[in-house]
Amino acid sequence: MSNLLNVAPTTLLVLVILLLAVFAFVSARSRAMSLAGGDARKLHSLPNYYGYNAAMLTAIPALFVLAIWLLIQPMLVQNAVIEMIPQAAISEGSSVNLVMSDVRRVADGLDGAVQTGALTVDAAKNLTAADDVRSILAGTGVALGSDVGADVLAAAQRYRGLQSTGQWLMIAVVMVIAIGGLAVALMATTPTFRARNMVERFVLALLILAASLAILTTVGIVFSMLFESINFFKLHPWQDFFLGSKWAPNFRGDSDLSILPLLWGTIYISIIALLVAVPIGLFAAIYLSEYANSKVRAFAKPLLEILAGIPTIVYGLFALLTVGPFLVRLFGRGEDGILGLDWMTGATSVLTAGLVMGIMLIPFVSSLSDDIINAVPQSLRDGSFGLGATHSETIRQVVLPAALPGIVGAILLAASRAIGETMIVVLGAGAIARISPNPLEAMTTITTRIVSQLTGDTDFASPETLVAFALGLTLFVLTLGLNVLALYIVRKYREQYE
Amino acid sequence: MTDMSNSTTPQNSLLRQDARTIRRNRAETRFKAYGVAAISVGLLMLVILLVTIIGRGAGAFQQTFLTLDVQLLEAKLDKKGNRDLEDIKKVSTFGYAPLMAAALEKKVAQSDVESDLKPKEMAALLSKDAAAQLRDFVLANPDLIGTSVEFRFLTNSRVDGYMKGRVTRASIANDKSINAEQLDLVDALIKDGALEKRFNLAFITGADASDARPEAAGMGVSMIGSLFMMLVVLALALPIGVAASIYLEEFAPKNWITDIIEVNISNLAAVPSIVFGILGLAVFINYMHLPNSAPLVGGLVLTLMTLPTIIISTRASLKSVPPSIRDAALGVGASKMQSVFHHVLPLAAPGILTGTIIGLAQALGETAPLLLIGMVGFIASNAPDGIASGLMDPNSAMPAQIYEWAKRADPAFYERAWGGIIILLVFLITMNAIAVMLRRRFERRW
Repeated sequence: MSNLLNVAPTTLLVLVILLLAVFAFVSARSRAMSLAGGDARKLHSLPNYYGYNAAMLTAIPALFVLAIWLLIQPMLVQNAVIEMIPQAAISEGSSVNLVMSDVRRVADGLDGAVQTGALTVDAAKNLTAADDVRSILAGTGVALGSDVGADVLAAAQRYRGLQSTGQWLMIAVVMVIAIGGLAVALMATTPTFRARNMVERFVLALLILAASLAILTTVGIVFSMLFESINFFKLHPWQDFFLGSKWAPNFRGDSDLSILPLLWGTIYISIIALLVAVPIGLFAAIYLSEYANSKVRAFAKPLLEILAGIPTIVYGLFALLTVGPFLVRLFGRGEDGILGLDWMTGATSVLTAGLVMGIMLIPFVSSLSDDIINAVPQSLRDGSFGLGATHSETIRQVVLPAALPGIVGAILLAASRAIGETMIVVLGAGAIARISPNPLEAMTTITTRIVSQLTGDTDFASPETLVAFALGLTLFVLTLGLNVLALYIVRKYREQYE
Repeated sequence: MTDMSNSTTPQNSLLRQDARTIRRNRAETRFKAYGVAAISVGLLMLVILLVTIIGRGAGAFQQTFLTLDVQLLEAKLDKKGNRDLEDIKKVSTFGYAPLMAAALEKKVAQSDVESDLKPKEMAALLSKDAAAQLRDFVLANPDLIGTSVEFRFLTNSRVDGYMKGRVTRASIANDKSINAEQLDLVDALIKDGALEKRFNLAFITGADASDARPEAAGMGVSMIGSLFMMLVVLALALPIGVAASIYLEEFAPKNWITDIIEVNISNLAAVPSIVFGILGLAVFINYMHLPNSAPLVGGLVLTLMTLPTIIISTRASLKSVPPSIRDAALGVGASKMQSVFHHVLPLAAPGILTGTIIGLAQALGETAPLLLIGMVGFIASNAPDGIASGLMDPNSAMPAQIYEWAKRADPAFYERAWGGIIILLVFLITMNAIAVMLRRRFERRW
C-alpha cells in the first residue's frame, strides 16, 4: 500500500516533465528554423532532430534521476527511522521488520486520513499516543493489529516528515534538471549544431541500456537469492541444509531443513520423465527426419509441438485428476483394482508426475533432435548406403553417432526443464519429503517446497521462509550448469561440420 | 548387401533372400515401426489430453437452474412502501430466503409430489448464492416489488452434479449436503420441467466464489487480471525487447561485453519460471513495496520472463532482412541509425509482431511465478473499476484461478478448473492462430 499514496504526485511530476518535453520539441524546432531563416537546407540536421534533441535533454535526465530517487529514498528513510525504534519497543516474538511495517502502516494511515479529510494536517502532526490512533485509522480503512505505542507513533511521524521532505526535494531537483536540460538544449540550438548526431548517440545509449537489462535481470536474480540465502545460513547451519536427511519445517522453530530429500524427489521424477520423453522423442525425431515424407512431416511435427505450447497448469491438472486416479486404479485398491494390486494409495506420486512431465518433454527432445539429425551431412548417409547398409543400419551406425553430442545436449536441456518444472509437481507429486525407491509413493521436489514456503503468510526473518531462497539458488545453479553444459556440447559438435 | 561369395551355390539364388538378409530387413521394418509407434504415442497423448479437457470441462459451461414463481411481497421487502432504494437495500439476503422457500413449497405442491421433506431441506436444493441473486435482481428492478415474477435460481452444486451425472444415488451415501429424498424431489422437478440445464454465461463473465458455492464461481474477474498483466507485458517487453535486439543485431561491436549480454539472454531463456517468481517477490514486493497480488507486479515478472523469447525472435527477423536494404539506405545518404529505423525495422515488423504474440501467449499460460507474488489463495470477487485499480488492486489471473480451483478438492470446482482450461486454451489458440496468419500474410522471401 505504501507506494499507492505516493503515486499521485509522482504521476503528476512525470506528466509535467513529458509536457515540458513536448514544449521543448516545439520550441527548439521553431528556433532552429527561425535561425536558419526558414530554410531547412541551412541546418546541419533535419529540423525535427533539433526538436528531438531538446525533448530528450529535457525528459531523460530528469526521469532518470526520478527513477533513482524513487528507488533510494525508501531505503534512506527506513534506515533513518529504524534507528529511532528502541529495543524495548520490539515485543516478544516480533522483529524490527514487523515494527517497521507497523510504522509504515500508521504513517500511510495518517496520510490517508489527511487526504480524505478525517484529520487536518495539524491534527495529524500533533497526535499523541494518548489519542486513540488505532480507531482513527480504522475509520480510514487501515486496520492495525494492536494499539499504537508512543515509540511507534513518534517513528511514524518522523517517517512521514522524512517522506514528505524527500518528496518535495525530489520534485524540486527533478524540475530543476528538466528545466536546466531545456535551457541547455535551446542555447545549443544553432544551425551548425550537430543535432542528428546527438540524438543518435542518445538513441544508441537507450538501445544499450535495453540490451543490458538482461545482465541486470541475471544480477537481480543472483543477488536477491544470494542475500536471502546468506541470511538463511546465518540462522540455520549449512551442514543440515546440504548434508542432513530430513525435511520437516516447523514454524515454531527448530526445523530440519535438508535439501537432500527434495533433491532426490526432483531427480527421481526427472529421470522418469526422461525415460518417457527420450525414447519417444528420439524415435519420433528419427522417423520424421529420415523416413517420413513431407506430408506426414508437415502434419505430425506441428501437432507434436502443440504439446510444448500447452500451459503447465493444464498438465498439472491432468496429472492430478486423470493420470493419478488411473494409476491408482491400475496399481492400487486391492481386489477392486484392475491388476488386483495394493501398491498405491494416493493419486499423487513420483510416477504420476514423471509420466505427465515426460509427455510435456516429448516435443523438446523431438524438435531439437530433429534439427540436429537434419544437420548431419547427406554425404555420410550416401557413403553408408553405398557400402550396402540398410536405412536403419545407416541411422544407427552413422547418423546417430554423428549426431550424438547434439542429442545429448538436447537431453540435457530437457533435463534442465524437468528439474525446474513447477506446476506438474505441485499438483501431481505430493508434499511428503522422503528418500524412497518406490515410484508409487508421493514425494516432493525443490520447486514444490519453494512454492509452499513462499505462499501465504511469510515472515522474512524465519529460516523456514528464507530456506526457499537457498532452494531457489540451488535450483538456479543446477539448471544453469545443465544449460551451459548442453550449449557447450552442442557448440562443440557444430564445429565439426561447418 | 547379399553375400556374393555364396551366390555360386544353386541354393542361394539372388532372387531368394538368405537368412541374414531376412533378419536385416526385419530389423529395418521393426526400426521403422518404432518410429511410427513413437509418433503415434505422442499424438495419442495429445488426443487424450484434449479429449479429457473437453470432456471434463464442457460441463462448466452449463449450469442447473430451478425456475420458480416468486412473490415479491411488499411487506417483506419494502415495509415503508415508498420504493426508496436505500430502504430496500436494508433488507439483507435473510429477508429474501423465506420468499424463496415459499415459492419452492408452492412449486412442490403444484407438481403433486409426495415429499415429507422439511421446508429447510427443500430450500437446501437451491444455491447459497440464490438469495443474493434475487436481491440483486430486486435492487435492479424495484418496481417489481409487490408482483409475482418468474425467476431462475442457481441450484446447489450437488443438484447440478446429479444433473450432470457427477453425483449419483450411490455416491451420496456419506454426503451430508444432500440425501435420497431430496434427489426424489429433484427427479420430480425435472419431470415437471422446472429444473433444467442451461448455458451458463456467468461462468465466463462472473467472479470467483467461496468454497461453499462452486455453482456461482466464474472466470471473468481473473480474465481481467490476465488482461492487465498482458498489457503491462506488451507495454514493457515489446519496446525493450526490440531495442535490445536492434542493438545486438545492428550496432553491437564484437567484444566481451556483447558476449556477456548474449550468454545472459540465452541463459535467461532457460531459467525456470519459478526463479523469476522469487526475483519478483524479493525485488518488487519486498524491496520496492509494490502491492501484493497486483497485476502490475505479475506483469513485471512476466515481462522479465518473456523478454528473452521476444529478443530471440526479433533478432531472427532483423537478421532475415537482406543487407542490400541497409546498403541502399546508406548509399543514398542515410545514417546507420536512419537506415535501421526507417527501413530495416518496418520490414522486420511482421516477424517481430509474430514473435511478440507467441511470447505473450507463453506468458498468459504461466502460473508458477504468480503463486509466489500472491495471486492465489484469495477470492477475486470484484472487477476493477479503472486502469489504476486494475493494475494495483489484488486480482487473480486465469492460470492462477485454475490452480486455486484445483486446490479446493471438490469435484464441482474440478469441473470449473477444466472449464477454465478450455477458456485459457481458446485464448492461446486464438493468439497462435493470429501469429500464424500474420506470418503467412506478411512473410517475405528475399
